[in-house]
Amino acid sequence: MNAEWRWDFTFEILPKMLWATLNTIMAAGIGYAIAMVVGLIFLLGQRTPFRVINMINREIVEFIRSTPLLIQLFFVYFVLPQFGITLSAWVCGMITIGLHFGTYLSEVYRGALEGVPKTQWEACRALNFSTIYTYRKIVLPQAFPIAIPGMGNYLVGIFKDTPLLSTIGVAELFHAATAVGGYHYRYLEPYTIVGLIFLTLSIPAAMWIRKIEKDVNLAQGKIKKEKV
Amino acid sequence: MSYLAFLSEHGPTMLLGTVMTIKVLICATLLYVIISVIFGLMRVSKNPIIQGVATGYIEFFRGTSLLVQLFWFYYVLPFFGISLEAFTAGVVAIGMNFGAYGAEIVRGGILAVPKGQWEGAFALNFTPAKRMRKIIIPQIFPIILPPAANLTVELLKATALVALVTVVDLTFEAKQINSITWLSAQCFGTALLIYYIISRFFLVPFLRWLEVLAARKVGKDKI
Repeated sequence: MNAEWRWDFTFEILPKMLWATLNTIMAAGIGYAIAMVVGLIFLLGQRTPFRVINMINREIVEFIRSTPLLIQLFFVYFVLPQFGITLSAWVCGMITIGLHFGTYLSEVYRGALEGVPKTQWEACRALNFSTIYTYRKIVLPQAFPIAIPGMGNYLVGIFKDTPLLSTIGVAELFHAATAVGGYHYRYLEPYTIVGLIFLTLSIPAAMWIRKIEKDVNLAQGKIKKEKV
Repeated sequence: MSYLAFLSEHGPTMLLGTVMTIKVLICATLLYVIISVIFGLMRVSKNPIIQGVATGYIEFFRGTSLLVQLFWFYYVLPFFGISLEAFTAGVVAIGMNFGAYGAEIVRGGILAVPKGQWEGAFALNFTPAKRMRKIIIPQIFPIILPPAANLTVELLKATALVALVTVVDLTFEAKQINSITWLSAQCFGTALLIYYIISRFFLVPFLRWLEVLAARKVGKDKI
């Protein structure tokens, strides 16, 4: 083994890796979409007036949040077939990522809803708005900006956790790198390229999220200024 | 096979794996705390070179996936003549990755100490070292411990990844037992439960206790 970087090998495998990157992005996107919906479901479970449901919901969320995503993936992938449900690796991966990050997103939603001042609710009550109208016109427009940074962070978080999917055989970027590396018995270039692709995608994403966060803060500040 | 029979046959193996997981957890936690403090301090340095190095480190390790870093440490470093044992590679990768996140927490904590405290210490003619040790650091702890506790729970979950570079931890054992017996629900379910128990009944209470201790030290009994 020599430590020399081989450019010919790099260019030979690069197209393959870039194609696999598309799969990674797709996995992150689908996983995030599922997570957003799952987060809403957990949020509902948290806010229903039935104490029993609240408690069960809380335990489920705690359990999912404090166990490793890797074993959850194995669990879904290997256990469901025992009950006669055979799903492809893709579907299993998406379900697990959606569930795992859904619990995180439900906390983000909850924080955002609680971030809306209580006086807003009271004012709506005083003005005799219906609950739906209150949510749609008053609460959600104010809660959304609070939720943006957290939601953005978890989007990047999902993106960085997609390599775990390779362990159950989803053909994403990391899987491609391992396959190429095993075939040529050269891991230097594939894994380094994977790292660089992740860097080039996640740093701009993080910067973009920071910019949105700043814009939102500015916009909110402006609104306050005009009122004063 | 009933669940109890499963436990009596494979329980000891899983416990051995659990011990390894806890070893990885403790070593990686120590490493990440040290790295966070060093890079957190570098990050608030006025020297642009030191600050630049810290920023580069943090962006790099937060921008790439932990699994990629882990595999890089284990499979690519040998190309450069540095062969790490699986355990070392796992601990170093996790420690360095979480150190980058921790450094940002430390930076936030340092900046969150009110400016008046710095000025007061300065006015009383404390040396920089004494100012840090006696005034600033005791006040940082209550600020950084809650987010650091969250990060440490994340770290416990991340230790599962070291199984992929052949460290024989709980995840690895679960996978092994699964491939022998095909009792997937039992072995992965047990592994999930063990992780949950470690986190819920040992790690989190311990971290809460630290938080209370730190808050009490500066006279805040709010938690």
